[in-house]
Amino acid sequence: MIQMCNVPRYADADMAEIQKMREAHQVLKHVDYEPKDLYHGYTDKRLRIDLSANSVEILDIPQEVKEKFVGGKGYCLRYLWDATNPETKWDSPENAITMSAGPIAGITQYAGTGKCLVCTISPMTDIPIDSNVGGYFGPFLKFSGFDVLELTGKAEEDVIIVIDGNKGTISIEKAPLEHKDAHVLGEELTAMYAEDEKDRKNVAVVCSGSASEHCNLSMLNFTFYDPKRNVVRLKQAGRGGIGRVFANKHVKALVCRFKGVKANLNHVYDIGILNKDGLKFHREIATLDDKQNSMRKSGTAYSLRTLSDYDILPTRNYKYGGTDKIDEMAPEVWQNQWLTQGGADGCWYGCSMACAKTADHFLLKTGPYKGQRVCVDGPEYESAAGLGPNCGITDPQAILELNFYCDTYGVDTISYGTMTAFLMECYENGILNKERTGGLELEWGNIEADLEMLHLMARNEGFGKIAALGSHKQKEYFAKMGWGDMAFMNDIAMEQKGLEYSEYSSKESLAQQGGYGLTNKGPQHDEAWLIFMDQVNNQIPTFEDKAEALYYYPMFRTWFGLLGLCKLPWNDIVPADNSLTDEPAKVPEHVDNYLDLFYGVTGVRIDRDDMIRQSERVYNFQRIFNIRLGKGLRKNDAIPYRSQGPVTEEEYLSRQERYDGQLVEQVGLTPEQVKNMSLQEKMAATRKHREAEYERLIDAVYPKRGWTLNGVPTVAHLKELGMDLPELLAVVEPLQDAQP
Amino acid sequence: MKRLEKDESLCIGCRQCEEACSQAFYKVSDPAKSCIRITDREDGTHAIAVCTQCGKCAEVCNTGVITQDAKGVYRLNKKECAGCLMCVGFCPENVMVQCDDYLEPSKCTACGLCVKACPTGPIRIVEE
Repeated sequence: MIQMCNVPRYADADMAEIQKMREAHQVLKHVDYEPKDLYHGYTDKRLRIDLSANSVEILDIPQEVKEKFVGGKGYCLRYLWDATNPETKWDSPENAITMSAGPIAGITQYAGTGKCLVCTISPMTDIPIDSNVGGYFGPFLKFSGFDVLELTGKAEEDVIIVIDGNKGTISIEKAPLEHKDAHVLGEELTAMYAEDEKDRKNVAVVCSGSASEHCNLSMLNFTFYDPKRNVVRLKQAGRGGIGRVFANKHVKALVCRFKGVKANLNHVYDIGILNKDGLKFHREIATLDDKQNSMRKSGTAYSLRTLSDYDILPTRNYKYGGTDKIDEMAPEVWQNQWLTQGGADGCWYGCSMACAKTADHFLLKTGPYKGQRVCVDGPEYESAAGLGPNCGITDPQAILELNFYCDTYGVDTISYGTMTAFLMECYENGILNKERTGGLELEWGNIEADLEMLHLMARNEGFGKIAALGSHKQKEYFAKMGWGDMAFMNDIAMEQKGLEYSEYSSKESLAQQGGYGLTNKGPQHDEAWLIFMDQVNNQIPTFEDKAEALYYYPMFRTWFGLLGLCKLPWNDIVPADNSLTDEPAKVPEHVDNYLDLFYGVTGVRIDRDDMIRQSERVYNFQRIFNIRLGKGLRKNDAIPYRSQGPVTEEEYLSRQERYDGQLVEQVGLTPEQVKNMSLQEKMAATRKHREAEYERLIDAVYPKRGWTLNGVPTVAHLKELGMDLPELLAVVEPLQDAQP
Repeated sequence: MKRLEKDESLCIGCRQCEEACSQAFYKVSDPAKSCIRITDREDGTHAIAVCTQCGKCAEVCNTGVITQDAKGVYRLNKKECAGCLMCVGFCPENVMVQCDDYLEPSKCTACGLCVKACPTGPIRIVEE
């Protein structure tokens, strides 16, 4: 077991080199400003930077926006809408990247309170993407005086934007010499803008990586400096290609420096409430984490074995839900052999859950940094599952190497894993072959080919250019080239709305099928992660329960993104007596903690219904934003059949007893009838039933959400929410009577 | 290492130690603001909770503001402390002090004021 106390500190950056880089900067714009102190969690200020004009504006946030949009994702979407129009594409100059941390973000007493939300119009989905991320940038931005940052326009050459929240300066600087890969660039800029070694923890960087100039799957890394390891750590706003937009605007990095983090920079209404709940939560983690999920020891990767046992772990492009090699990547393997134990691994101050694990001094075997020892952040569950079993890989060494390179190149591990799984199945079926891939033998578990494809993608060479498209555009390309049948590819490519699925096999969970399919941004679990409560804990057994869950949880979970909170402390640890409560799945005591935090910070008392109502306003706004951009209707909520049932004969046969049984129990056939059916007939009957169930689910969920059966928010519902804003009514009114 | 050692059999529960400790920093007489904690047991004896300088507080601190001094005592740098309270929540002896009047918690520095205040000798400073 690797203990933190035995981990050597990482080497310092070469300050002579850093000095040369800084001297090469050319300041394009410099602004002095008076940072506004926070009051009850807000500055009520917006920072708008137009990179085409090199303009910096500090604007007021009106009270009405605050009341209706709360903060975080609400602010991001509101100002993204205002910056764009129905014709805006991801690479249009007016497309904005908006970032906001939310009113609770930046408190230090409670776990998971440093999240920043990021939105833009996505190159993968052509609609708004929202992604949440840890690291220090979001809170530092608030402490520097801004509730939201909006980047718009395009710079002519690579620039960095530097905000110093202590000095009250903002500058846009040409920065030609810094490296592009995140683990290097993060170190360079942290060393460059810190006054000395002790000051490094006061510098936060946002950057993508070398793949972002041409890869749709590109994300943003948000850093925080780890003083114990002397290394810059990376957290990711992973989904939907935000890194591509960032690079398209020629932004190399954002830097925010703020010295003096203290427990009450938010100038909260009642700090005693935060102290009391924070301390209670820390004690819960201290006493219960080892008995529950061991988040402090293995992070979210703890769940790999459990999910494999329950047939949920996506394996070989979601054909199967588990692997008999799961012991190779069991929690104790990560804990005992790879992940440093005993570190303080929170991605913001006060996160006692500390799930941001690292593999330290990890020796790279391939790529441009081959032979170097590096700090690998993660792997989180999603990365391990997607890069691992979904591609037929169970070797932790390989998963860590893939994880490292995805991060430093700026590639989303989830999209990369799911997309590679799709490509491997294409290879298996002859849609791809060695000739078409330029020599890459994309067979299941071929680690070497997988890594080589990733390196090619970063260099924009060979088949890497195809990989960089993402699954949705790959399908179109393969069909156009006459390589594969579109219907089959539509069945097996695990993407919806253009975004790759995250890493749960939803075949046996109708609730999770809806949890993926009925999302705003595309199939990402953060909106409705229902699979555990549905398939593992059996907490939503009836059809009505599942439909209700698809109303409540997306709204409940949206709330975290409005406030700047991480969802993991909500239910990856639960109070000892949680099972005795009326609704254990909701973790009522923790919900009450969050209501306390809201009151303690803002001074406004809200109840559980108000919480849902706050989310509903923003959730419906996002839905209408999708409609404004040409998606957001029922047809866009269709899902690939691989997420619903067995596409291929081998899948059916692998769980034949289950599927045959369901034809009797759920479809209503007699055992005799099933016995006499051919395999193809049974597969067709299974598909017909499952697809009908999904449609029935939609019929039940949309009205609960206040939508028509075509998925359009009703005018009456918008009025009830106080969201009958003229610009929203203009979008939905013509569609009120349109049939699906 | 310099730390407090205890012998509960000698404790009479007078709480002079708590008084001395809370007065030292917080300038009040309040057991909740003492880094030594006395609890009465039903059998008439008293439990003494003291900081053992185990270092758990330093381990959980993500900013490294709790460090060992030359004598092995874990000391909290309040100037740099962000007040996250993780050290308080993870303290195995529950002897770190958090109070809402201050942004930072405090911990035992093995100063010995409690030892001096104690009339019967159940606590003493040891240096190993």
